[in-house]
Amino acid sequence: MTKSDSIIKISKLNKWYGKFHALKDIDLSVGRTEKIVICGPSGSGKSTLIRCINRLEVHQEGSIQVDGIELTDDIKQITEIRSDVGMVFQHFNLFPHLTVLENCSLAPIWVRKKSKVEAEEMAMQLLEKVRIPDQADKYPGQLSGGQQQRVAIARALCMQPRIMLFDEPTSALDPEMIKEVLETMIELADSGMTMIVVTHEMGFANRVADRIIFMDEGQIVEQNDPESFFKNPESDRTKLFLSQILDH
Amino acid sequence: MVKGIIAFGQYFLLDKIVGRSPSNIYQNPKFRSAIIQAILVFIVFYTFYSLYQTTVFNLEERGIKTSTSFFDQVAPFKVGFSPFLNFELGETTYIEVFYIGVLNTLLVAVLGIIAATLLGFFIGILRSSNNWLAQKFALIYVEIFRNMPLLLQIMFWNFAIFLAFLPPPKQSLEFGAFYLNGRGLQTPVPIVENNFLFKVWLGILIFSIIASFIFRNWAKKRRDQTGKSLPVLGISLSVIIIIGISSFYILGKPFAVDLPVLGKFNFKGGGQLPLPLFSLWFALTVYTSAFIAENVRAGIASVSKGQIEAARSIGLTRPQMVKLIIIPQALRVIIPPTISQYLNLTKNSSLAMAVGYEEVVAVWANISLNQTGQALIIIAMTIIFFEICSLFTSFILNIYNRRIQITER
Amino acid sequence: MTMNTVKFEKLPDRLPPVNTVGWVAWVKQNLFGSVSNTIITLLFFYLIFLYIPPFLEWSVFNANISGSDRSICDENRSGACWTFIKVRMEQLLFGLYFAQNPDQMWRPIMAFIVFGGLLTPLAIDRTPYKKWLLLILLVAYPIFFISLVGGGVFGIPKSDASEWGGLLLTFTLAFVGIVLALPLGILLALGRRSKMPVVRSFSIIYIEFWRGTPLITILFMASVMLPLFFPSGVEFDKVVRAMIGITLFQSAYTAEAVRGGLQALDKGQTEASMALGMGYWQQTIFIILPQALRISIPSIVNTFIALFKDTSLVSIIGLLDLLKIAQNSSRSLDWNGYDIEAYMFAGLVFWIFCFGMSIYSQKLERKLDTDRNVE
Repeated sequence: MTKSDSIIKISKLNKWYGKFHALKDIDLSVGRTEKIVICGPSGSGKSTLIRCINRLEVHQEGSIQVDGIELTDDIKQITEIRSDVGMVFQHFNLFPHLTVLENCSLAPIWVRKKSKVEAEEMAMQLLEKVRIPDQADKYPGQLSGGQQQRVAIARALCMQPRIMLFDEPTSALDPEMIKEVLETMIELADSGMTMIVVTHEMGFANRVADRIIFMDEGQIVEQNDPESFFKNPESDRTKLFLSQILDH
Repeated sequence: MVKGIIAFGQYFLLDKIVGRSPSNIYQNPKFRSAIIQAILVFIVFYTFYSLYQTTVFNLEERGIKTSTSFFDQVAPFKVGFSPFLNFELGETTYIEVFYIGVLNTLLVAVLGIIAATLLGFFIGILRSSNNWLAQKFALIYVEIFRNMPLLLQIMFWNFAIFLAFLPPPKQSLEFGAFYLNGRGLQTPVPIVENNFLFKVWLGILIFSIIASFIFRNWAKKRRDQTGKSLPVLGISLSVIIIIGISSFYILGKPFAVDLPVLGKFNFKGGGQLPLPLFSLWFALTVYTSAFIAENVRAGIASVSKGQIEAARSIGLTRPQMVKLIIIPQALRVIIPPTISQYLNLTKNSSLAMAVGYEEVVAVWANISLNQTGQALIIIAMTIIFFEICSLFTSFILNIYNRRIQITER
Repeated sequence: MTMNTVKFEKLPDRLPPVNTVGWVAWVKQNLFGSVSNTIITLLFFYLIFLYIPPFLEWSVFNANISGSDRSICDENRSGACWTFIKVRMEQLLFGLYFAQNPDQMWRPIMAFIVFGGLLTPLAIDRTPYKKWLLLILLVAYPIFFISLVGGGVFGIPKSDASEWGGLLLTFTLAFVGIVLALPLGILLALGRRSKMPVVRSFSIIYIEFWRGTPLITILFMASVMLPLFFPSGVEFDKVVRAMIGITLFQSAYTAEAVRGGLQALDKGQTEASMALGMGYWQQTIFIILPQALRISIPSIVNTFIALFKDTSLVSIIGLLDLLKIAQNSSRSLDWNGYDIEAYMFAGLVFWIFCFGMSIYSQKLERKLDTDRNVE
């Protein structure tokens, strides 16, 4: 996990929504197998940042390199990067007209050009990994939120990505389902995946993160390993945020 | 209407009675409901029966005995347009006139449904495009055409535009083998020269279409197993076309296409869609396409942003996303109201009367009714025809909805 | 825990690069975003350039509006003949009777003004006592309308409905249709959800029967069959026959709109009122209907738009509504050849009413949606 071996390099990134300055001069590099948790108050730009990494949002200034490929308007490059970067959304975004198995095998078949048999075999393996192989033939609407989110994780993993992005994966879930999703994510982390997770689950952050990044007002306020981050926050903003979120 | 009022009254009165005598048998809700329903059945059937009696009596007073014997009488008026059944003045009977009317209605409905679907999807896609001008153009189109009466639009196109501005046959507007002029649209028509060989040719064509479906299934299976895909549509289409053309010549041209040719004053050969049919078809298409476009817009808008982001995040290209994610989801929202629009279009084709196209309401519920006075039978048959169309539509809709429900729940 | 706290320093907000905001960026994104986009844009610019200036020239810049006969239009054929519409305006709006008796024209005008006066506050959000206003509009106003426009009372000269025409007739037919169809439709909608199989199936048959038949067939039936349904001696005016047909037809569509509202209501509502020990009709009238109707207003307005357009079909059975008068005028010797102007004017009048109502119903729908989300 040396800095020289970074898989994502972001430098001087600036992003505006209309005239609103959403991300300001972000510099960040992520090492292979590194796990990063990003936290911060709502509207701080944390989701925008990870959505820029697979070009769901377009930045106006600065550069993002994923695995050595620069993100530009080139559609081929964008598609290539997206198939290497898995993403899990707050609201799961499963395809309601496809079964769980079809949700998972869709991209391997159409993007990776695998045979259906092969793709479904792998999908089943991953569904077993997230512990819902028995739901493979159901439709997303028939599953609970926690199950849906685990399917979404399996769907992303089916592309055998090198990086996984999580955009508040547990904030739309009921408390009893948060645990099952977090457990799946911890297992994934233990398997050596590079992960960037936007979340407010500080227990998870403490357990898994190599580095915690605190963002506010579109800036990275501070970043540190979990121990230092929780024990010795440097910035007054971080302290205020931690006191609010930990008292909760 | 009567039955509603009566149900209301019965319920209210019985409520009151029950209130006053508590230990009454009327208090038993099952008994009460049975009584009400029995009374209702009696009233409805009695009303219908007496209406029927009065009508038959009134008709007889006017010298019309209600019976279907007029079906076989010869119709004393001319039906100018009947492409499917031969019309001979002095030979064609009333019941044949009815069939001609029904077929003409179905003809304009089918032509209208095809064109309105194509145009409606086109406008609906423009409406959802990311080009601002195209969006606004589609919006204006939809708002103009769906907020004016269809009858007015039919009359406008027919009287104010086509009749007034289309040239006489000699200066027809040319669209390939089609010619448009003030009398209508001249079209090419196939003429069968050798009936047997034509059937053989048709058989070969149908066979190659079936074969292409088998080929499609095989290609799909192959893709499922090996992941290799073939350009199925392209291969099938070119094979069908090649087979169709080559067998056409091998069989010694079993049919010919009769092209319209301009003679001295008018066209010779080919077929003609008379101007009323053309105007009606045009207006129905424009009017219905506005509604279909709105369905298409709503369908595309119903696919949430999250779906598109998810599709992009797993690396689907834009055409793949449209094909695999957007279209299947949008169609579920688009298809049911669009099927209802097809029924509306069929019902609306009855406005043909205003321009003189000879569909079922015009030749049957109007002309034949005026000639024979058989109001009861003629109106009933007209209504039954449309009710069948309507039942057929609901039948299709139910099948579709059930299929959707299976895949969703 | 506190070692050396650093104060957070917010970087100043900068303005985005010039080429990504403002109208330049907007044009770039919405008109020339990609090659295909640019082609579409250029195509539309070409079409606009091709058709809009000649249309404006014809309809506005070269148009004729002065004079009172066709001579001025015949001299200048390059522009529209609005003179025709101007001269025939009274007929188009109020029909032959009022056009021939200009001293009586104040009656329909006043009826329209009162209608507008009642309707406008209904369309405004913050009007108090909306329910009462609606009740006045649906119950008291029709009586007022008939006595004022129909006359025969308070020394106002009589004018039969058969003498009304133009927009006045169109409006009357549509309004009568909706007012009479509403109570019928409510009963049918309740009937369709009744637990009694006979009531339910009769309601379904009734509703589907009228919805399956084209209005023109129903109007034929009303004009041909209605007199046959009654013993001889019972006579109906043509307009009344059309009204009956329209009302029966419309009640089926209203019923479906109301049913939508009933379905959207929470089951909890019925259960709560059951728990209060209310009977069916008490429940329905005081708890269910007021809410269901509120939800179904947008759909009812939509069926009304459809009806308003459909009233034009009465021209086929010989009534002189707006469309028929427009057509007849454009065929009269005085003005023949000016069809486009006649249809365009009639179309515009219909369009203004229908578009206005559809804007209103869309607004209501959005409001209902947000209300529901807030709840």
